[in-house]
Amino acid sequence: MTFASSFTKIVGAATALAAVVALSNLAARAEEEQPNPTRQEWSFAGPFGTYDKAQLQRGFKIYKEVCSNCHELHIPIRTLGQPGGPELSVDEVKALAASYTVKDGPNAAGEMFDRPGRPSDYFPTPFPNPEAAAAALGNAPPDMSLLAKARKYERGFPAFVFDALPIPGGMYQELGPDYIYAILHGYEKDDDPNWNAYFPGHKIAMGKPLVEGQVDYPDGTPTTLDQYAKDVASFLYWAAEPTLDQRKSIGAKVMIFLLILSCLMYFTKRTIWSDVAH
Amino acid sequence: MSTATTSTDETSRRDFLYISTGAVAAVGAVSVVWPLISQMSPDASTLALASTEVDVASIPVGQIVTVKWRGKPVFIRHRSPEEIKAAVDVDVGSLRDPQADSTRVQKPEWLIVIGICTHLGCIPLGKQGQYDGWFCPCHGSVYDTSGRIRQGPAPRNLDVPPYAFLTDTKVKIG
Amino acid sequence: MHGLSTFEPKNGFVKWLEARLPILSFGYDSFVAYPTPKNLNYWWTFGAILSFMLIAQIVTGVVLTMHYTPEATMAFSSVEKIMRDVNWGWFLRYAHSNGASLFFFAVYVHMFRGIYYGSYKNPREVLWILGVIIFLLMMATGFMGYVLPWGQMSFWGATVITNLFSAIPLVGNDITTWLWGGYSIDNPTLNRFFALHYLLPFAIAAVVGLHVWALHVTGQNNPDGVEIQDIKKDCVPFTPHATMKDGLGITVFLLLYCWFIFYVPNYLGDADNYIPANPMKTPPHIVPEWYFLPYYAILRSIPDKLAGVIAMFAAIAVLAFLPWLDTSKVRSAKYRPLYKKLFWGFVLVGIGLGYCGAMPAAEPYVTASRILSLLYFGFFAALPFLPKFERTLPVPATIAEAVLAKSEPVKTAK
Repeated sequence: MTFASSFTKIVGAATALAAVVALSNLAARAEEEQPNPTRQEWSFAGPFGTYDKAQLQRGFKIYKEVCSNCHELHIPIRTLGQPGGPELSVDEVKALAASYTVKDGPNAAGEMFDRPGRPSDYFPTPFPNPEAAAAALGNAPPDMSLLAKARKYERGFPAFVFDALPIPGGMYQELGPDYIYAILHGYEKDDDPNWNAYFPGHKIAMGKPLVEGQVDYPDGTPTTLDQYAKDVASFLYWAAEPTLDQRKSIGAKVMIFLLILSCLMYFTKRTIWSDVAH
Repeated sequence: MSTATTSTDETSRRDFLYISTGAVAAVGAVSVVWPLISQMSPDASTLALASTEVDVASIPVGQIVTVKWRGKPVFIRHRSPEEIKAAVDVDVGSLRDPQADSTRVQKPEWLIVIGICTHLGCIPLGKQGQYDGWFCPCHGSVYDTSGRIRQGPAPRNLDVPPYAFLTDTKVKIG
Repeated sequence: MHGLSTFEPKNGFVKWLEARLPILSFGYDSFVAYPTPKNLNYWWTFGAILSFMLIAQIVTGVVLTMHYTPEATMAFSSVEKIMRDVNWGWFLRYAHSNGASLFFFAVYVHMFRGIYYGSYKNPREVLWILGVIIFLLMMATGFMGYVLPWGQMSFWGATVITNLFSAIPLVGNDITTWLWGGYSIDNPTLNRFFALHYLLPFAIAAVVGLHVWALHVTGQNNPDGVEIQDIKKDCVPFTPHATMKDGLGITVFLLLYCWFIFYVPNYLGDADNYIPANPMKTPPHIVPEWYFLPYYAILRSIPDKLAGVIAMFAAIAVLAFLPWLDTSKVRSAKYRPLYKKLFWGFVLVGIGLGYCGAMPAAEPYVTASRILSLLYFGFFAALPFLPKFERTLPVPATIAEAVLAKSEPVKTAK
């Protein structure tokens, strides 16, 4: 028996083990407090997924009108005009930047001064520092720039293995957006705005942030909570991973190149070894 | 005969395979080098660096003020009528880097140049040298009141950055 | 097996250089004419894959250094700047962070291949021990590299691992303070970890040099575990045969590597590391990177601090004694039925330990990791006694014979 055939045996054994562990996981999960978020459809999921420009613009509108009152978004304003993002025009980015007031200085007199923002500035913070935020709100709201990559939920065995693989239902990378989407849907108790079904321990410092119809969509998209949740989660994933479009399109070329090279290498290797018994 | 032909075909088929494999592998190796080179170019934040705005109202006639733009010094010189005259009266054809003063300024009383000697990058000293323009202490380049090279090793005049007067006294450099 | 060089200088310059620095003949003898057993399988390409990964990590690492700031208040944001602003920064950073994982994946395959085919046995003990040293250096490098982004998991991982040394009696606390350069993980710690993370890969490269040297002295082991008798019959020249095979192995491995870089770049990382380090708040669930999980499980399986640390380091150190623990005369597991079963059991134990290491320190994982830790050491403890019970299969006399037996009925004996 060769190493390889033993390997298939091992895979068999591992699969059996997986089934046992998966069952025990199910049992364990039932005891856990909060349910897992459900997997949503995202335009940027899968090997060929890309961001939906209009959706990112809607999501940004929600951030600007709602989230930004408490949450920092530590990214430069100019990135909204980058390819593979909301792709605002140069003038829109400039106008947006100018609508913010930024502290600059010191000037020649040694004083700090306020000026209109420029595209190279970062989005201003709602509070001067985390301590001020904590003093005002009881808890400092997290910076949102990486939130969609900094949140995950346990997938358990064997699901987490399939999440990495290029198979139908695999390549699951959007756990963060799903978590954000679930949180926005998790305010299920009308008498307690700080109770969230999906938050570990259920007591979330952020009260229900979004209600239906709260933000206007000029493009006629329905202003439902579900739509809001999807749009803002997409926007936050873009904020955390702004190079996704570029990454996947280059990735496709790289994979095709490597497949061709592998074939050529294989035939070359076979030709070279053709006169050697091995 | 036939065996000979076959082996020739076989050989050329092999050669084709080897050459194409090598060529494709080489293309791959070269493409990987590109990100390694490109990463040293200015990044998105540097490219987006904003322009500098300067209020020149407080600069008295005859004074030179140095401001920073893209990490480099920019000289803003409020020229006196004599200095303007000296700059204009020069025979342009006799210069090493022939440029009329009018092509180097937007308003004659304001000369705005990048304060880096075109020789090897030192910062010249203002109001020094034979032409009362700038004098570079490193290798002795002498510039006139239009920032043009007159003596010494520097090959070019001091560069003029892109700028625009937003108002009579407000300049946006960059 | 090293005879005189068969390298013949062809032109004047080569002759001139050979007389002064015989680097060309050295390269020729080591990587062109070097006799390679003809029966090597694809598991042997992992040596070349590892060399490739070491170079890839050094190159991407040096380039990342050009943008990274090893300072506690700026480290996290400098990494984010690489990801967002630097040209190709996302690619370089993902290539480096996933490269560490793929490097460890390859080294585990390489080690298990060595264990399966008995590659550590006489006369390759030094070769094997050099490999264990490389593995240790890789672990240190990987750990310190993980600290550099200065996220929550970086910070708390560093806290937990450096606190291991506080288990040392009497001087433990002084040692951790010395490691930290303060009374907690802070900027001095980050600075020294950065310096060492930059240095150690070159130390690895040096030991790899010794590893390859030792390999070229003893010659390669092979799936049948018999020594080369007749270079003409048993071997092929390294170039083009092994070179092309290694090249194919590397290309296929690159497919896997690039899949991670371009499609699932954050899969192997921890989400918590996208939160900046906060010395005031521990994440609810601290886990090391996946390649340390089995050792982490062994550490946690023992309720005593010092004993846990000792067990963890022993789990790595025991590898170095493998050449003397395994007393069987037969090398390859191909001809050792009992050892083969034990080997695959050992692989499963390793995977099981890794799984337990990723789980919270609660039941049933605590009990499971205790049992698995015992089995882990049990594998090594059983080895010296194995030959008493094992009936090995007949081993072919030469590599040529083994190859011939495989390709029955005899096609061509060119």
